Amino acid sequence: MAYSDKVLDHYSNPRNVGSLDKNSPQVGTGLVGAPECGDVMKLQIKVNPQTNVIEDAKFKTFGCGSAIASSSLATEWVKGKTVDEALQIKNTEIVKELSLPPVKIHCSVLAEDAIRAAIHDWKKKQDVANPTAVAAQ
Amino acid sequence: MSTDVKTIPQAEHVAPDGIKLPVYMDNHATTPMDPRVLEEMLPYFMEKFGNAASRNHSFGWAAEEGVETGRERIAKLVGATTKEIIFTSGATESDNLAIKGVAEMYKEKGNHIITAVTEHKAVLDTCKRLEKYGYRVTYLPVQKDGLIDLDELKRAMDNKTILVTIMAANNEIGVLQSVAEIGKLCHERGIIFHTDATQAVGKIPVDVNKQNIDVMSISAHKMYGPKGVGALYVRRKNPRVQISAIIDGGGHERGMRSGTLNVPGIVGLGKACAIASEEMAKEACHLAGLRNRLRDKIMSGLDEVYINGSMEHRLPGNLNISFAYVEGESLLMGINDIAVSSGSACTSATLEPSYVLKALGTGDDLAHSSIRFGIGRFNTEAEVDYVADRVVETVTRLRELSPLYEMAKEGVDLKSVKWAAE
Repeated sequence: MAYSDKVLDHYSNPRNVGSLDKNSPQVGTGLVGAPECGDVMKLQIKVNPQTNVIEDAKFKTFGCGSAIASSSLATEWVKGKTVDEALQIKNTEIVKELSLPPVKIHCSVLAEDAIRAAIHDWKKKQDVANPTAVAAQ
Repeated sequence: MSTDVKTIPQAEHVAPDGIKLPVYMDNHATTPMDPRVLEEMLPYFMEKFGNAASRNHSFGWAAEEGVETGRERIAKLVGATTKEIIFTSGATESDNLAIKGVAEMYKEKGNHIITAVTEHKAVLDTCKRLEKYGYRVTYLPVQKDGLIDLDELKRAMDNKTILVTIMAANNEIGVLQSVAEIGKLCHERGIIFHTDATQAVGKIPVDVNKQNIDVMSISAHKMYGPKGVGALYVRRKNPRVQISAIIDGGGHERGMRSGTLNVPGIVGLGKACAIASEEMAKEACHLAGLRNRLRDKIMSGLDEVYINGSMEHRLPGNLNISFAYVEGESLLMGINDIAVSSGSACTSATLEPSYVLKALGTGDDLAHSSIRFGIGRFNTEAEVDYVADRVVETVTRLRELSPLYEMAKEGVDLKSVKWAAE
């Protein structure tokens, strides 16, 4: 298997590895994939309640090098974006940036799914919670 | 768009003294040639270039002599006679010739073939093709240790069964089937027994008479010989086995396999067998020692590692381990100065994890996490230590990256999680 320099770089030096407090109302968690498929990504975002800007992002991934690189890149890209901007990130952009071969496109799809799942989780918390209470934290 | 794609560069790890990187530990895929084999072959490219079928001049005689020496050495290693050895292009051809050749020859007698789900694709796909031609094939399951259940084999046999084909040693998990017992069951019922012994010959003692083998596939490049040459043992007595040719032509190899003989290759295969006859017993002890050292070092450095297949009935140089919560291909990327194989789907063209591991009842998750180590003649203790250290270090790093490891450590039962699969 041939890997692009960027995949190798993200694999060797993954960005934003770790976990955020999944119980925090500011944090959205996306967990996508399945162990039996060989890929599981956990991507978390921490959103500023005033600006809806993603201030922090963390990931952990079980998967091949391209899956690790796709999720590492996804955390880099969502940081500093508003939630709505982050939803515009397309898997095809990840494919392009990392020069993923056709057999690894599903890794980029999973990374896009992870971003969406994290945002979805965060939005659900906002619907439930009292917005003023969230802001006060 | 960057199209700058390249293979993984060598890692920056500094190898301890005496180790040359990358370390080759994939000896089930192929083996490096033994220098003694190459030396034996060299004259047969230029000086003794003749066609072994040329009966009327010295060039042909010299080539024929090389071929016949090779035949004797192979026969000696497996307890056969020279007339029972047919040369082929390798084990895939030998498997094809054995199975298709027996099926064709004995079709009046029956149309049923028995094999096992963990066989090599050269056997499985040959059987699948025969199914299209009206043959009936039973694919026996294996037990958790990788061995077939002999009672199940007995039950599968019927009066239409003409052939049982079960491998001697598995190429992924190194598990050794009970060849002698399988052969006995076949002989009691007049069924021909073929074994794909590609991984076994030259590594463990194989004797066609003691083990009741009728037809056996042999490969040179798995035992420190050259690629592109193999052999098929075909029993001549008790019972006499006949096979139909699948390649027609000049009637070489007593009509069973036409085509000009690969003289240098056959000379090399013969030398590889001669070396094995001399050194196999000692080498097997050495390899098992290295293999156990690798296993112990890995298992003392990591939790949740699982050995796939029986440790008791196993090739001495084989270790197949699953590292829970770490995906195989990412592990291979991390140990890119070590040449090994993974059962992960990501390393195959089919996107399916190893069918052999799945047949053992290993979950897909653990099949994705498996690594096959194949220790061979030229591996050293220092290499084993280096490999063990690198594996422990890389698995530890990837587990820090693994959401599954984190969840497991938090006490989440991963089996109870509803995964949002694609």
